[in-house]
Amino acid sequence: MRTVDTKEIEACVYRLALEAGRNLSPSCLNALTEARDRETGSAARFALDTVLQNAEVAKRETMPVCQDTGMACVFLSIGQEVHLTGKSLSEAIHEGVRRAYSDGCFRKSICDPLTRVNTADNTPAAIHTQIVPGDKVELSFLPKGFGSENMSRLFMLTPAAGRKGIIDSVVSAVKEAGSKPCPPVYIGVGIGGSFDTVALLAKRALLREIGTRHPRKDVASIEEELLTKINALGIGAQGFHGDTAALGVSCEIAPTHIAGLPVAVNVQCHCVRVAKEVL
Amino acid sequence: MKRLTLPLSKETIASLHAGDSVLLSGEIYTARDCAHKRIVAGLDCLPFPLENEIIYYAGPCPAPEGKACGSCGPTTSARMNSFAPTLLDHGLGGMIGKGEMSEEVIKALVRNQKVYFAAIGGAGAIYGNAVEQSTCVAYPDLLSEAVYRLRIKDFPLIVAIDSYGKTVY
Repeated sequence: MRTVDTKEIEACVYRLALEAGRNLSPSCLNALTEARDRETGSAARFALDTVLQNAEVAKRETMPVCQDTGMACVFLSIGQEVHLTGKSLSEAIHEGVRRAYSDGCFRKSICDPLTRVNTADNTPAAIHTQIVPGDKVELSFLPKGFGSENMSRLFMLTPAAGRKGIIDSVVSAVKEAGSKPCPPVYIGVGIGGSFDTVALLAKRALLREIGTRHPRKDVASIEEELLTKINALGIGAQGFHGDTAALGVSCEIAPTHIAGLPVAVNVQCHCVRVAKEVL
Repeated sequence: MKRLTLPLSKETIASLHAGDSVLLSGEIYTARDCAHKRIVAGLDCLPFPLENEIIYYAGPCPAPEGKACGSCGPTTSARMNSFAPTLLDHGLGGMIGKGEMSEEVIKALVRNQKVYFAAIGGAGAIYGNAVEQSTCVAYPDLLSEAVYRLRIKDFPLIVAIDSYGKTVY
């Protein structure tokens, strides 16, 4: 048994939130640079040049990369040999978010869905916890902007739709999103599970580094075909027409019911900001 | 790249074509979802003059010490599709945002001879640094969604929909 005070988790969430809000993930920077270098459309190239320049400015001046510092999505894998002490886990996470969004001059973007009154401290975070073997606590922080989140879709396909149905649904969602989610996008796809778990699979897919492939060959081949088909749409950076509509596609799968084939598409803008730490 | 200073004359607007890149300077107003709802609900008692002014679809980050404004990139314009034609018909001088807008907005831009500029989404630090002054002029309870008057210097923009109805999308 290992004891971890939730103060350590609070401090970790604080560090990760500040790191993620101010810096693009290294794999995102690489993918954007490659996209810029091969872009033939002049307006799309201007857009990619601007976002790369913006990433440098944000890093140098410790400013948020994008003013949409997002809904705080916090993923924890907690070893079952860990005993948490101190204040409640969720309160520790929220305090970390609260302090980071205040100290970092990040925008507070969370409000009541009906009254639209802002909570003023960017809480609550979306917290996803899983218990795993071992005595470590692994944290991932993904600030999720909503220009892209709004373009996300869920499809309850039939088993007959199969692989083609999956490909067609994802491509249609990205096509419909067009210029709105700040392309070039990063697409997280969930395949299988149930209505609720498939959306989480899609979001977890966004935690993977851009360009990595799923270990299962049939899933990896779906990722590759999706990336080719999405880029062939010609949407280009910011929808200005060009060669790169998506920086990457990552799929995660889970067993599903014999009657169904759930597919979730989580759209992420080109500001892929993921920070991770293991305690 | 053309350098433009607000307000834009009829001749300047007529000279702008979808796809042109420009550097825009002058005074603009931020407004996004909640502010639009209030503006359209109270057209007879507007919190700022619409006539020939530019609305920037944006909700900035708080200003850190020593800066006029925090990160301040554009938000998705399509969410303002239902408001933009009304405001253009009431004198609005144009908009800045990101992403495509509806056919109704394109028609309203042509009808009123105005333009819609696209800022580069996700480039919040660059746009924030191009703000020289920021003043909250309405709805402070909306926090980042309040209406701010910004004095901007050399905002890098693309003409996204011109006064002829041509679009870059």
